[in-house]
Amino acid sequence: MAFLSEDKIKKLAKKANEIRMSIIEMLVEAKSGHTAGPLGMADIFTLFYFHILKHDPKNPALEERDRVVLSNGHICPVFYATMAHAGYFPVEELKTLRKLGTRLQGHPHREYMPWLENSSGPLGSGLSQAVGMALADKMDASTSLSTSAKDRFIYCFMSDGELDEGNTWEAVMLAGKHKLNNLIAIVDRNNIQIEGFTEDVLPLEPLHSKWKAFNWQVIEVSGHDFKYLNEVVEEAQAIFGKPTVIIAHTIPGKGVKEFERDYKWHGKPPSKEEGEMALQELRNLRF
Amino acid sequence: MLNPKLKLNPKLFNPDVEQVPIRKGFGQGLLLAGEKNENVVGLCADLTESTQMYLFADKFPDRFVQVGVAEQNLVTVASGMAAMGKIPFCSSYAMFSPGRNWEQIRTTITYNDRPVKIVGSHSGISVGPDGGTHQALEDIALMRVMPNIEVVSPCDALEAKKATLALVKTGKPAYLRLVREKTAIITTEETPFEMGRAEIYWMPDTGLAQVGIIATGGLVARALLAAKELEAEGIKTKVMNLATIKPLDIKAVLVLAKECKKIVTVEEHQIAGGMGSAVAEVLAQNFPVPMEFIGVHDQFGQSGSPNELIEHYQMGKDAIKEAVKKVLRRK
Repeated sequence: MAFLSEDKIKKLAKKANEIRMSIIEMLVEAKSGHTAGPLGMADIFTLFYFHILKHDPKNPALEERDRVVLSNGHICPVFYATMAHAGYFPVEELKTLRKLGTRLQGHPHREYMPWLENSSGPLGSGLSQAVGMALADKMDASTSLSTSAKDRFIYCFMSDGELDEGNTWEAVMLAGKHKLNNLIAIVDRNNIQIEGFTEDVLPLEPLHSKWKAFNWQVIEVSGHDFKYLNEVVEEAQAIFGKPTVIIAHTIPGKGVKEFERDYKWHGKPPSKEEGEMALQELRNLRF
Repeated sequence: MLNPKLKLNPKLFNPDVEQVPIRKGFGQGLLLAGEKNENVVGLCADLTESTQMYLFADKFPDRFVQVGVAEQNLVTVASGMAAMGKIPFCSSYAMFSPGRNWEQIRTTITYNDRPVKIVGSHSGISVGPDGGTHQALEDIALMRVMPNIEVVSPCDALEAKKATLALVKTGKPAYLRLVREKTAIITTEETPFEMGRAEIYWMPDTGLAQVGIIATGGLVARALLAAKELEAEGIKTKVMNLATIKPLDIKAVLVLAKECKKIVTVEEHQIAGGMGSAVAEVLAQNFPVPMEFIGVHDQFGQSGSPNELIEHYQMGKDAIKEAVKKVLRRK
């Protein structure tokens, strides 16, 4: 991973803002979908796809690429928008989100987009798949199947709401057992889910000590600070003998004051007027 | 007579015919598969002994993952391993996998189209004394309704071994349905097995059959016993072993229906949604004939010995014979 200069940080912030605008445009056009999560995760997706990840948009099947498992598939607008801006497919195609015949399904489907590592939507299963990938790489590293590809990392992007799911904790336990230091989970700690605040629906706290008790390295960080985020990912990569979870504190709806921190924006799109207002606000930001 | 082309076990009708649990064939098959292909991996949810995966786990500890009593994790971790080029076999009791983790199988394995092999041991009523909670009678229905997946239900341990080896090469998700109880060895090492191909195991010595019996899994042996006794009573039947329930060998089923014009299906499963339903879907659309269904009639099971339960729920040899006679009377 390369050094993150002040100049690069400015460029990333600008890129994240472009991605947020794409998210608003796609959701307005689609007339359904999720707003808060995608806006909240735009900085993290930008940092990964434009700085951290080992990947090649022109050669998506690159064997030694890092693997990205999106567990909470409903935030796929940020996933699609970031991949389009990174060069995986034309930005223009984002307008087809959720329409008949599109590759951009309402929740990601890898049959339509083969460079996705997994399909997702139903919550709580992404981390298990990431654990399986990390286990497979560990197995290969200890057998004749080992290749130079094995210094890659498996990243799982997941939500705080899906920590309600039992399947998640089965995966957390198994990763701890196998000391999967090639696995890094990033939890979008935005404190909201469909029906309200996470601590009202089903309290997750003390979240840090829960993960720690399952033998994970736990790092808490702001999900909007590129410099610090980059540093903690570097730290996670260097951890020996443990998987790492980065609990990223994000602001749901980040970038549009009207949408920020309000769980009502979890599962609905902006109307045309709300979209115009949001785009205006994002356009006026200076970096 | 037994189909001479298939080199079936000549001792099948002897009272002392060798009896082996079908799941044992899976254990041996997986061991062989592991020796032949280093991408084959095993995952189990705390049941390596019962599901016979211990043979593989002992030989290849580095390619085995013990996930604990966590069936949702079992199949989703397997999906992730398949994404990296592995060919995972994951075993548990059918009631728990695919019983408990159906949505995970759908999203991460069949929707993802990953070549994970879900091995459901202890299916059917013949699980016996453990009772209704442990008797999976709905698993064929749960699995066969999903796109991309193949569903196989071997009739004996040897066929289970061959099916396990065949599944390594399909590149598709699969469900392998096994039963716990000892089952007569029907086939031999020489009997052919091909995914998606149904075979006629029993046929009249001369002339056409009056009824086609289509059986799967552990009840194929009873269907053959019934056919032999019916022959002595002057009723000519053919018995098809339908090991691959999906993709269904539509051609073979239609050929049988056109010859016999009467069909009886035999399976250790709910009648609703099982193999018989799959056959009925094909016949209703292509060549409707009178059908009778041997299986469980919209009930849960209970404790008892395997044989008692098979008889109690009317899936034994005599029930099959009655169903054949009943379908013969129908127009």
